[in-house]
Amino acid sequence: MSPDGTAPRIAWRLATVIDVIPETARTRTLVLDVPDWPGHRAGQHVDVRLTAEDGYQAERSYSIASAPEDSRLSLTVEELKDGEVSPYLSEELRSGDKLELRGPIGGYFVWDVSLGGPLLLVAGGSGIVPLMAMLRHRNAVVGTADADRHRVPARLLYSSRGWDEVIYRDELARLTEMDTALEVRHTLTREQPQGWSGFKRRIDRAMLEEVAWPPSEKPQIFVCGPTPMVEAVAQALVELGHQPAGIKTERFGPTGSTG
Amino acid sequence: MPPVSRGFRGRRQPDAAAARLPPGQYETRDFPVLSAGPTPRSPLTAWSFTLHGANGRTARWTWDEFIALPRQTTTTDIHCVTKWSKFGTVWEGISVDTLLEAGATKGVEPSPYVLASCDGGYTTNLPLADVTGGKAWIAFMYDGAPLPPEHGGPARLLVPHLYFWKSAKWVRELRLMENDAPGFWESLGYHNYGDPWREQRYAGDE
Repeated sequence: MSPDGTAPRIAWRLATVIDVIPETARTRTLVLDVPDWPGHRAGQHVDVRLTAEDGYQAERSYSIASAPEDSRLSLTVEELKDGEVSPYLSEELRSGDKLELRGPIGGYFVWDVSLGGPLLLVAGGSGIVPLMAMLRHRNAVVGTADADRHRVPARLLYSSRGWDEVIYRDELARLTEMDTALEVRHTLTREQPQGWSGFKRRIDRAMLEEVAWPPSEKPQIFVCGPTPMVEAVAQALVELGHQPAGIKTERFGPTGSTG
Repeated sequence: MPPVSRGFRGRRQPDAAAARLPPGQYETRDFPVLSAGPTPRSPLTAWSFTLHGANGRTARWTWDEFIALPRQTTTTDIHCVTKWSKFGTVWEGISVDTLLEAGATKGVEPSPYVLASCDGGYTTNLPLADVTGGKAWIAFMYDGAPLPPEHGGPARLLVPHLYFWKSAKWVRELRLMENDAPGFWESLGYHNYGDPWREQRYAGDE
């Protein structure tokens, strides 16, 4: 990390796909064996590089889904319409295939339990992935059921288009069952199952006011999702009185406003 | 050559586009937004731009004074470290050369390095040689309209020959320095210089 160029180069490594886990219709998790993986912090990402037979290459970045404590590195990939790399990762790649990657990358959008809380996570769609790494890490550090008082209080507000598009839905339910210091609230913006009593609109200021800790609690806030959603959430949090410096964001996809 | 990815064909660019793409980049027609925190929104009446000399001398402009300086328009390709490149973006702003010339009349002298500081606390460091000689601007118009806040408005540094994190959004001052000092991303694992054509993304990249 030194400015004089003495940091070691982040090397490309040849990972092996160990397992492929379907998550939703458009997302799946790649479980990887990465030789000499140096470890990571929850929230970091990797660069993935694909090489065609004629030498043509394409690179993209993907958030790490697994906790640092997990034995395997996993990435959850959403298939983007018209994407070049994500359709390959989400359809073509299978167990036993090799995948070049390097990382971990990113030293700001990271959280570990030593940073304390309370922890407020706000996700839109596949923006859940780096936040899930944080929840998995938080769970792995204190894994016993009677240890709630040692846990950093955490709340996740998670916006999806429909119930079938909620990534990690069952795992989130399991985590909240065994962990009274964790609250998960869903909002379903397009389609709700019959009898749905949760939120059914885009995340707005009133929803954040209801779900978030007040600014006086000084929550550590991480927001990840499509650009318009992150812009709106971060702006609303600032309007509610949260310190901008305590709000860490990752945006992806089209801007939706300026083209 | 790296191992072939079984079944990957990829989407090759036409040769003309491929020649404009630094290694590891792809072309986007959109304009993605990458920011580490909320978008700062400060009124133009509270905005000012300051040039700090290493010798303690400063030159400062209000918004009205700043946009009254001689403007330049530049059309350029931009390259984000997150892999996207955008061709032919059109910007209007004040050349850093113009600011340094104006600063010289206030006693601000050149130094080998600059640190850009922004609303929201973001910083980035550059050699002076990379922001002079017609290579850098403080831009406040994009594509013929005022620069939107999420893209760095009211004004951002524009240094298109380096990865775009060097083109600091919401810039409010340039500080001339005798010694280099890493900025925000440069302290968090990203490359200190950031030349896209040498793929200097992360600390340790040659």
